[in-house]
Amino acid sequence: MIRAVAIVLLTAAAASAQGLEGFEVFDRPGDAGGTVIAAWKGVPGGDAGVEYVVSVAPAAGGEWAEVARFASTLHRKVEAPAVFGYAESNERENYCPVDGLLPAKGAPGLAKGHSLETRVRVEAFRGGVRVALSEGSASARPNWWAPQKANVLVFALLFGAGTFWLIARARRNPDVFVRRIPGLDAMEEAIGRATEMGRPIVYLNGLNGMDSISTIASVSILGQVSRRVASYDSQVLVPCYDPVVLSVSQEVLREGYTAAGRPDKFREHDAWFITQEQFSYVAAVDGLMLRERPAACFYMGYYYAESLLLAETGGSTGAIQIAGTDSVTQLPFFIATCDYTLIGEELYAASAYLSREPLQLGSLRSQDFGKIVIVAVLVLGGLVAMTGAVWFKHLFTVAS
Amino acid sequence: MLHLKRTVPLAIAFFFVVALILQYFVPHPLSEKFLGMTQKWAIIVVYVSLLLGVGSLFQSHLRKIRVQTPGWGYSLVTLSVFGLTVLAGFHSRGNSPGGPLQWTYEFAYSPMSATMFSLLGFFIASAAFRAFRARSVEATLLLATAVVIMLAQVPLGAAIPGVGSLSAWILGVPLTAAKRALMFGVALGSIATALRIIFGIERSYLGGTE
Repeated sequence: MIRAVAIVLLTAAAASAQGLEGFEVFDRPGDAGGTVIAAWKGVPGGDAGVEYVVSVAPAAGGEWAEVARFASTLHRKVEAPAVFGYAESNERENYCPVDGLLPAKGAPGLAKGHSLETRVRVEAFRGGVRVALSEGSASARPNWWAPQKANVLVFALLFGAGTFWLIARARRNPDVFVRRIPGLDAMEEAIGRATEMGRPIVYLNGLNGMDSISTIASVSILGQVSRRVASYDSQVLVPCYDPVVLSVSQEVLREGYTAAGRPDKFREHDAWFITQEQFSYVAAVDGLMLRERPAACFYMGYYYAESLLLAETGGSTGAIQIAGTDSVTQLPFFIATCDYTLIGEELYAASAYLSREPLQLGSLRSQDFGKIVIVAVLVLGGLVAMTGAVWFKHLFTVAS
Repeated sequence: MLHLKRTVPLAIAFFFVVALILQYFVPHPLSEKFLGMTQKWAIIVVYVSLLLGVGSLFQSHLRKIRVQTPGWGYSLVTLSVFGLTVLAGFHSRGNSPGGPLQWTYEFAYSPMSATMFSLLGFFIASAAFRAFRARSVEATLLLATAVVIMLAQVPLGAAIPGVGSLSAWILGVPLTAAKRALMFGVALGSIATALRIIFGIERSYLGGTE
C-alpha cells in the first residue's frame, strides 16, 4: 500500500515537471491592445478530465494571481477563428485570453492598449494532481490592421474598381440600356395628373436621417420630381420628420425650381418640419392628406410601422400612390396599397434612371455585375459545400 | 460662393467617408477615439439642426395663422401645445417624476400615440381586402399563400394536416430566398450609392447636380 502511494506521488511529481504541448504566449493580433493570449495544443497523455488554471504575474517579479479556471472542453481555439484560423485541430486545442497587466498606481503609465510584459502560467490538473505546467510572457500592443477583415477589404476594392471601370465605360459610351421601371415612368403621369387637377403632390422622405442611403436616394428623386413639378407649375408638399432632411429637401427643391427656370415659383415653406415622434408625424401627414386631397403621394425612403397608416390614408383620398423603400418588412404593405412600388435597389436606381446621367448609369451597371458575381459565388459555394469542404464559406466570413 | 457650397462639403464628405471606412479596418485605440469623436460630432449636428426644425415649424404654422388659410385653427393648436409642453418641461426641470411633463406624456401623448398605432389593425384589414382579391394568377397565388400562413397561425388551422408544414416551408424556403435576393440587391445598391457620394458623382443631397 505504502509502495503504491509512493509510486503515485513520484509519478505525479514527474508529470508536474512536464510542459503543455505547443504552449505559447503572444499579443492578441488585430485588436485594440490590452490582451495577451496563452495557447496550447494539449497535455501529454490527452486532456480528458483535465482542468486548467491560468495565472498571471508581472515579468519584473511579483506574486501569481489566478485569472481563470476551466475544464479542457472549454476555451477551444475554434471559438477564436480571428486568432487561430479554421484548422480542424482547433476543435481539440485550448487557449485563454488574459488582460495584460498595467503599471501600479503612481508608476509611469503606458499608452492606451499597451501593457507591461506579463507572465502567464497555465497549470493542468487531473483528479486534483498537477500533470503539466507551462509559462511564457508577452506584452499587449495595439494593432494598426485587423487581418481578419482582409476579405472585406478585398471585396470592397474589387467592387469599387469594377464600379469605376463601368463608370468610365459609360462615360465613353453613354447609351446604356436600363430596363423599364414602371413606378418611375408613372411619376411623370402622376405629376401631370396633379397639374390637371390643380391639387398638390405629397412627397415623403421616410423616417431615417441623411445618414441613410435610402434617404439620400429619396432626396435625389425629390430633385428630379421638383424639376418636373416646377416645369408643370404644380406644387409639391414635403412634410419632414428629420430637421437635417428638411434643410436638404428645401435646398433640393430650390435647385429643382431654378434648374427648371422657375425660381420665382419656389416656396420655402413647401418643405417643413413636423416632429420626430413617429405617430405624431403620421397624424400630421394623414391630416394634411385629408385636408389637401393630393393628386399624388410619393413615399420614398425608409419606413417603419407607419407605412400602412400613411398609404391607406393616401389611398382613401384617391391619390396615385408611388412608394419606394428598401425596408423589407414594409414592402408588402406598400405593394398592397400603392399603385406602384420601387422594390429595394430600384429606389437607388431611380436617380440614375430619371436623370439618365452616364456617370450614374455606370454605377447602376456595376450593381448588375455584382449580382452576377453573387449568383456565380452562390452556385460555386453550393457545389463546394456538396464536397464537404468548408474553406469556401470561410472566405466570406469576418472571423470574430 | 459655389466653391463653399459644393466643393468644400464634397471634400468634407470625401475625407470623412474614406476615414471612417479605413477606421473599420484599423483596431488601434486612436482609430476608436476618432470614431467616438465623429459620433459625438454627429450628435451635436443633429441637435443643432433640431433648432432649424423648430424654426421651420413656427415659420410654417405662423404663416398659416397670419394668412388664415383653411384649417389655420390646427396650426394654432399645434403652436399652443408646443408652448405648453415647453413650459411643462421647464417646470419639471427636464422630467421630474409626477411633474406636468410626465403627466402630459402619460395622459396625452401616450394615449394619442397608441390610438394612431391601433388604427393599423383596421388598415391592415382594408389593405388585405384589396390586396387579396383574386384578380390575376399572381394575386390568386398571393391569396392562397396568405390563407395558408394565416391558417397556420391559429389553433384550428394548425390542426389541419399539412398546413403547419406547408406554412413553415413557405416561410423557410421561397420567402427566405426572396428576402435574401432583395437584401443582396439592397447591399449592392447601398455600396454603389455610397461610392457615388464619396467621389462626388451623386451630389443631389447637396441640393442639385450642377
